[in-house]
Amino acid sequence: MPGALRLGDILVLGLGLGLIVILWQQRGDTGDSVIIRSNGDIFLAVDVRLNRLVRVPGPLGETVVEIRQGRVRVQSDPSPRQLCVQQGWIAPGASAICLPNRVSVERGHSGYDSIHY
Amino acid sequence: MTPSTIDLPVRAQDRRIAALAAAAVGLAVAEAAIPLPVPGIKPGLANIVTLIVLYRYGWSAAAWVTALRIVASALLLGTFLTPTFVMSLAGGISSLLVLAALVRLSPAWLGPVGLSVLAAMAHMAAQLGLVATWLMPGTGLWGILPVFLGAAWLTGLVNGLVVAHLTARQHSTRKESPS
Repeated sequence: MPGALRLGDILVLGLGLGLIVILWQQRGDTGDSVIIRSNGDIFLAVDVRLNRLVRVPGPLGETVVEIRQGRVRVQSDPSPRQLCVQQGWIAPGASAICLPNRVSVERGHSGYDSIHY
Repeated sequence: MTPSTIDLPVRAQDRRIAALAAAAVGLAVAEAAIPLPVPGIKPGLANIVTLIVLYRYGWSAAAWVTALRIVASALLLGTFLTPTFVMSLAGGISSLLVLAALVRLSPAWLGPVGLSVLAAMAHMAAQLGLVATWLMPGTGLWGILPVFLGAAWLTGLVNGLVVAHLTARQHSTRKESPS
């Protein structure tokens, strides 16, 4: 049906869709987290959805933690046996510990999947 | 004749509102029978009636039809004075308020599709607000907010196109400008 849509209609449709897309992208901010510890103290606690490369200084050198697309891993580490690097992407609830460099990366998750009343 | 007789004159406008409300109730009850994947998402076909009444008879008639539809369909579906009814009422009030603000705009600028989408999203936002503050406070509704608003956007678009189609046909047969 031609002429059914006016300028304001198209504006409303566009803005509405934009709002929905923005809300969709911001969804899940309360979900999973990453806690990086250095020497037992919390070095950084961030959301797993924020892509970033974190350099954590330790007694042997720098441990590089990569957070990308909702996953986290230890990208490189100066420890001799490279255990935490070989662990790869860390599963939710698990953690990778680079003991010689005194760095640990914990992939936390929100305590509840759902709550029923 | 006893002097205490109460005479209630029925005007033509009353009959019209009753008939239109009956149409809206019919649509509301019919769509309650449609199985839907997510609770809270439904087509909202009765809003087609609300918008047509708004265009033909003005806002107060639309408000009457909506109020009668909410109460009567709740009585028929057995949800009167339950949380479902309160949600329906909150959605109806908020969408009517949005329509009251928007109906002053020029119809050349904002047509039925825009009105329908904005009213549907106001309806959904009021209901989710009620859920977040009253029914289930403390639950994370931000995650499902885009899903519900997206559903409102889509149903508002479809209903608005139906209203545009119906009112366009009406105006081509009756050559008169909407007051």
